[in-house]
Amino acid sequence: MNSAGNVLLRNTRCQDPACIDDYIREGGYRSLRKALSAEPGQVLDEVKKSGLRGRGGAGFPTGMKWSFAAADPQMPKYLLCNADEGEPGTFKDRVIIERNPHLLIEGMVISAYAIGAASGHIYLRGEYAKARDGLLQAIKAAYEKDFLGDDILGKGARFHLRLHLGAGAYICGEETALIESLEGRRGHPRIKPPFPVNEGFSSKPTVVNNVETLANIPYIIEIGGDAYAKIGSPECPGLKLFSVSGHVNKPGVYELPMGVTLQEIIYTHCGGIRDGRKLKGVIPGGISTPVLLPDKIDCPMDFFHLQKAGSMLGSGAVIVFDETVDMVKVCLRTAEFFEHESCGKCVPCREGIGWMRAILDRINRRDGCEADIALLAEVSRNIKGKTFCPLGESAATVVQGFVEHFMPEFEEKVGSR
Amino acid sequence: MREISITGGEPLTRKKTALSNKILRELNDLKRKYDNERFSLLPALYLFQREYGWLSAEALEKVGEILGVPKTTVKSVSTFYAMFRHKPMGRHLIQLCTNVSCMIMGCERLTDILKTRYGLGPNATTHDGRFSFLVMECIGVCDIAPAMVVDTDLYGNLTEDSLIGILERYE
Ligand SMILES: Cc1cc2nc3c(=O)[nH]c(=O)nc-3n(C[C@H](O)[C@H](O)[C@H](O)COP(=O)(O)O)c2cc1C
Ligand code: SF4
Ligand code: FES
Repeated sequence: MNSAGNVLLRNTRCQDPACIDDYIREGGYRSLRKALSAEPGQVLDEVKKSGLRGRGGAGFPTGMKWSFAAADPQMPKYLLCNADEGEPGTFKDRVIIERNPHLLIEGMVISAYAIGAASGHIYLRGEYAKARDGLLQAIKAAYEKDFLGDDILGKGARFHLRLHLGAGAYICGEETALIESLEGRRGHPRIKPPFPVNEGFSSKPTVVNNVETLANIPYIIEIGGDAYAKIGSPECPGLKLFSVSGHVNKPGVYELPMGVTLQEIIYTHCGGIRDGRKLKGVIPGGISTPVLLPDKIDCPMDFFHLQKAGSMLGSGAVIVFDETVDMVKVCLRTAEFFEHESCGKCVPCREGIGWMRAILDRINRRDGCEADIALLAEVSRNIKGKTFCPLGESAATVVQGFVEHFMPEFEEKVGSR
Repeated sequence: MREISITGGEPLTRKKTALSNKILRELNDLKRKYDNERFSLLPALYLFQREYGWLSAEALEKVGEILGVPKTTVKSVSTFYAMFRHKPMGRHLIQLCTNVSCMIMGCERLTDILKTRYGLGPNATTHDGRFSFLVMECIGVCDIAPAMVVDTDLYGNLTEDSLIGILERYE
């Protein structure tokens, strides 16, 4: 596996990633000890100072999210780890769990201590069988060594952790749908507010964090929030895992400072475009984020700069297209994905995406006409701002992005060029 | 927690497959782990699917009965999730990813082979019951695209030749 970093992807030399002794030998669970000898409020302050933002896609400041839950007087509180990783192009959370499950567990115990949660769940994508086996083994070992349980490290802290498997529904990565699913229901998003930090799992204060977010916590405690805040982009600091796929010479997961440019990722770390071909476009953050043209690859990869460039950081899943790719087809496949994964709760998403897919299908088969391109734009406009959760919105935005950036290809397929 | 008692082996399917004691024990353990029985619905469905390979109407009914959830609710939940299967599957499950990264790396050539060589279309089963083919959204291994999972084995960087070679190993 390719890696430039050694914090989130550390401990990779050992034979058995779930082996707790190897993890401890490499300095693992030291941050937990350090955190437990401080007050929960001090741990929370370090995370606030670190400037860490959620790595699941939305980029919400982690310390702030925790402080809302910590301040809520209701008990018990819950910590949920979002390991549903369904965003196409993304495979970083799987790599953390498969290669370093104890890093996630340590991060969760520290986080739970800071917010006052005595139990938590990892909601793992159902398809991740290998990650499941390693994680189960790791949780068991952590209980045996008193890193989990009723009296953690003899310091009186309590945290119980359980693994729960998803069952193949992308929408369950959305945090309120995830909670619905954990509670044994269809994965339909809930209305917000109330937010999960006040009324989440079992209607109690709940923090939902992504795997990578939680995996950053031990390092923040180790070096301190101020030092962490100096890594990468000043507005949006820290380490980031990038899952790179498509037409690069060396696809894989890369640990790099936030704010690295796409240019650097593609040409320095991933060895450039295969067969010396030309770059045609790149999706920076998984297929829910709009495609960028090659003239934008000097954009720093962080939540703010990518937004200014017309896209989003999302999950940091970089999909690279060379000059041979048929972008109309990619757009159609993207619409098919969203149609398949729409949970069906609201009409603009459930019906609208189906319409977009049908129009795109026509255009792609060269059965479309010039008016179809305008119709597609109109359907997309009618979805935006009218959906219950961000899934429908992203589908419309992403389709619109393909059409705007690659208009000549669409025009060619409808015969107006 | 509500006690359940099933004496003997009640018929689960028309073939009179008995509910094994093992699965009942596991289901009981499962219920005990959750504060609210309803929360154990998805794990319970997984348990039945692992045991019987798919979820028949009778299986759904049984899960509902044991957990005290109406059978229509069980069905509504179960059919929401792509990994729960509601018809019998072939002996081997080919789960081929066709999402964007796999598509641009050539998965269409692979779906063509499944069609021409095995007469296998998306979400169908071969006549001899050897293979079922499920079209997958991204399976999270895009760095080795195009990729697939057969039963529980992962294969990446697939070519037409390697696909045929791999499938020949599954009888
Ligand atoms: C349709 C949809 C899918 C999502 N999928 C995921 C996912 O697979 N993993 C994840 O961590 N967050 C996902 N999210 C974001 C979560 O709702 C939530 O913001 C995140 O888990 C919060 O954790 P963080 O603050 O650590 O990022 C998704 C959001 C939406 C709208
Ligand atoms: S936008 Fe789509 S996924 Fe979200 S609630 Fe509406 S139908 Fe469901
Ligand atoms: S797109 Fe096929 S594994 Fe991700």
